[in-house]
Amino acid sequence: MTLAPISQRLSFNDVFYNSLQELPDGERILACLQCGTCSGVCPFGYLMDFPPSKMIAFLRAGFFERVLKTDLVWMCASCYACARACPAKIPLTVGLMTRTKEELILAGNVPTELRDALENSQRYGNPLGESPRKRAVWTTGIDPPVKIMSQERQPVDVLWFVGDYASFHPRVQLVSRAFAKVLNALGVNFGILGHEENSDGDSQRLAGERGLFEVLAEKNGRAFARYSFGQIITTDPHAYNALKNEYPALGIAYPVRHYTQFLAERLGQLKPLLLRPVKARVTYHDPCFLGRANHIYAEPRQLLNAVPGVELMEMAHHSETSLCCGGGGGGMWLDGFTWEKAHVRLSEWRVREAVTSGADILAIACPYEAPRFEDAAKMVEKANRLMVRDIIELLAEAMGL
Amino acid sequence: MNQDIFVLIEHMGGQVADISYMMLAAGQAISEAAGGRVLAVLLAHQAQGLASNLAADQILYIDHPSVADYTPDAYQHALANLIHERTPRLVLFGDTSIGAEIAGQLSARLGLPLVSYCRSVRASDGVLQFVSQVCGGKIMVEGELPAPTALVTMIPGVYKPESGHSTHPPEIVSLDLQALEKSCITLKGYIEPETSDVDISKQDLLVAVGRGIQNQENIAMAQDLANVLGGVVCSSRPVVDQGWLPSTRLVGKSGRRVKPKIYLALGISGAPEHVEAITGSQTIIAVNTDPAAPIFDVAQYGAEVDVLELLPVLTAAVQNVKV
Amino acid sequence: MNIIVLAKLVPDLVEELTIDDQGIALDPTWMRLKLNEFDDYAIEQAILMKERSGAHVTVMVPDVDGSDDVLYTAAAKGADCLVKLCGKFDQGVNNHALARAFAAVLRSRLPDLVLTGVQAHNDLDGPLGALLAGFLDLPYIGYVSGVKNEDGKVLVRKEYPGGLIAEMEVAPPVVLGIQVAEWPLSYVAFSKIRQAMKTNPIDNLQAPDLDPSGGPQVVRMSKPEIGEHATMISGNVDEVAARLLEIFQKLGVL
Repeated sequence: MTLAPISQRLSFNDVFYNSLQELPDGERILACLQCGTCSGVCPFGYLMDFPPSKMIAFLRAGFFERVLKTDLVWMCASCYACARACPAKIPLTVGLMTRTKEELILAGNVPTELRDALENSQRYGNPLGESPRKRAVWTTGIDPPVKIMSQERQPVDVLWFVGDYASFHPRVQLVSRAFAKVLNALGVNFGILGHEENSDGDSQRLAGERGLFEVLAEKNGRAFARYSFGQIITTDPHAYNALKNEYPALGIAYPVRHYTQFLAERLGQLKPLLLRPVKARVTYHDPCFLGRANHIYAEPRQLLNAVPGVELMEMAHHSETSLCCGGGGGGMWLDGFTWEKAHVRLSEWRVREAVTSGADILAIACPYEAPRFEDAAKMVEKANRLMVRDIIELLAEAMGL
Repeated sequence: MNQDIFVLIEHMGGQVADISYMMLAAGQAISEAAGGRVLAVLLAHQAQGLASNLAADQILYIDHPSVADYTPDAYQHALANLIHERTPRLVLFGDTSIGAEIAGQLSARLGLPLVSYCRSVRASDGVLQFVSQVCGGKIMVEGELPAPTALVTMIPGVYKPESGHSTHPPEIVSLDLQALEKSCITLKGYIEPETSDVDISKQDLLVAVGRGIQNQENIAMAQDLANVLGGVVCSSRPVVDQGWLPSTRLVGKSGRRVKPKIYLALGISGAPEHVEAITGSQTIIAVNTDPAAPIFDVAQYGAEVDVLELLPVLTAAVQNVKV
Repeated sequence: MNIIVLAKLVPDLVEELTIDDQGIALDPTWMRLKLNEFDDYAIEQAILMKERSGAHVTVMVPDVDGSDDVLYTAAAKGADCLVKLCGKFDQGVNNHALARAFAAVLRSRLPDLVLTGVQAHNDLDGPLGALLAGFLDLPYIGYVSGVKNEDGKVLVRKEYPGGLIAEMEVAPPVVLGIQVAEWPLSYVAFSKIRQAMKTNPIDNLQAPDLDPSGGPQVVRMSKPEIGEHATMISGNVDEVAARLLEIFQKLGVL
């Protein structure tokens, strides 16, 4: 009598678990101690059926399909708090949360709001569903005019990758206009891609749409290749993260700086122009994708300290422990969903902290934050006097622009 | 040449549809401009009473069990014969679940020209011209209605249904129907919407939500406002399609026409299919973050703020005043 | 059960529409085309029926800019066969021409069900499905929100205004104009669409010469004149709420 051979086919669980280990540093997941720090430090860990440590537990037990039947993983804002806190240095954000979202997307299990943002990104090159032809409309009236590369046809020193919200969202367009004026005042020879610019794709990538990210990156890559410039700068930490850390693997590699780095390098030239004092107590919110993800903490503070009259103070959570505004990883497009599940917004927690710190101004450096924090300030007690300003806006004010 | 204008009368549950009155009004207007009689075509079974207040020169009444209820093939067959025999100048259909599909089939089968989304018909030097509105209301198209017979599917907006009502009963001409030997389509029955729900077409104050409400949870905020104002929540099509509100709350071409004193359009863009159902409102107030939203062209008041931010603030404000 | 879905691409209203120099047609220069929303529901309904009872689904679109994307997305959702109808479609055709072209191609290979969106916003000359049914001499039911296949007959839910539904039974072959699918539109991961580009071939079928007769001769195309515009209330949420309160009081609501 012979026994039938045991099936050697791997279960979905095992295939998935193996795939995580193939990612950069992914094998560290085997060293998970189940300490639960990740779930504790996750802003929404208390709500998830399966916060990160429990996901790993279920993976090891072979029950990952159960995780995929829930939808609370969409609460994850890809803020890197878990990855930063993990003693085993497991790349949890990209190596577990994003991968799980990828599986949910493959299964078609996607909240409607997010779906619209993804489909818009695919069709129009921006998640807002705006016509790409209007991507540079925000530049109207700026003098000297902002150079659009396809019209300019001349090399520039700096290509400014503007970003989706900075191009289309009325509040963030103000920041874009201020930055254009600052660059003009510094005599920087810069240009933008205008309608040839597509979404950087980073938040879409972290929301699980790897395929969409690659298509957007390729389109941007082709646009970059058409023109001659020395470096790329961006006012968007998500774009910075993509351009610096993700695009090179796709063969698109350029020197890239976030605007805070670019301006901090030119502090000697900038400081004499900061003539008008901004007399205020200012606290700075470290964006997840500038801070935890890319370790840029000093330069934004250097810029703020250079503005006369500014008294810089830190919130209880700052630098590496900064509290996420909730916009990353698709969170920008899941506001209704997260509200439904949590009845609380991360941006409101952060604004409350800003109020507690005694600051007059909450300074920011990421396009997601202005709308999110200003909305939150309306809802939080005693926050009605709190002003939300991008560092650029404070610099522009000090420069009298 | 025959200048008669046929109007297909649509009816359901013993009631003539509003759109049929509108088209009779259209027929009257066209007849005044270009001549020709207005002949209402009524297909029904033992329901002559439906014709009693139709404003037409004549009612062509086909009484047959096969057309007691609407089925596409029976109606299409009856009309094909009628049009073929009588060669009217125009046949007017409503842009509805009945009219649009009949007009299309007839155009193909009889080889007659068809114009859709027509708002009005003009006469100029003996030539009949159509004015249609396509692409979500963004494009106007004008052209000629070819002779000898043209089919026209009409949308509301220009002609008023009130003019389609007649005070005295019109002349009724009964016609025989050469029935379809074998009907392909059998009506099995109707499924009524839940009657336990309110009838939004009878409400004085409607709080309408559109895509801008973003998800089902947020509708509770609209409900709060409706409660303090003494109104009822309704919506445009995307909300019902998602299943966030039952279809009884649908305002639009495929839903109900409403005529409240106040229509609060929150996060509604104002697509023509929705707008045509709210033109009977006395005052329309629209809230939408898009200043170019077409709803602002039909509303009396508008605001560009975010609906989700406005709702709790407005509800609180109203509550304070009432207290 | 053999299902063919006919889909067309229509001008995307996100982009501003402009009228060409002749003044009788839309200027195609900046025009973006996208899948007609109701045809999207038709594809969804067909896939739904495939998942429920194993139907075979073919999706057919005319050859215009963007038709490949539509076909590959349908394949990623589960469509079995992809067909592109080739002909002089780039100048824009009316539904009579399109319906005749589809009819010519389908006549020799009638499926059990032809599904298509019940209407499109650029249907100046009537709905495609109804015209097609007329040319093929097939029965047609429009405004369909549910389709069931029962013992060789098709049971259809037809929607009327106000939520009333009629259930109608018809023996295939039949053309149905879909208003909405039985479940919401599903999302397809872009990687699946890319995968479909590699694994799913598109069959090209040559359409006969296009015959647009039956559609109107356009004399003039224009943008509507905006009549009155709403009186806009400016300010933040609090200011708007206060003003609305005044309006409610004036109108006698409070």
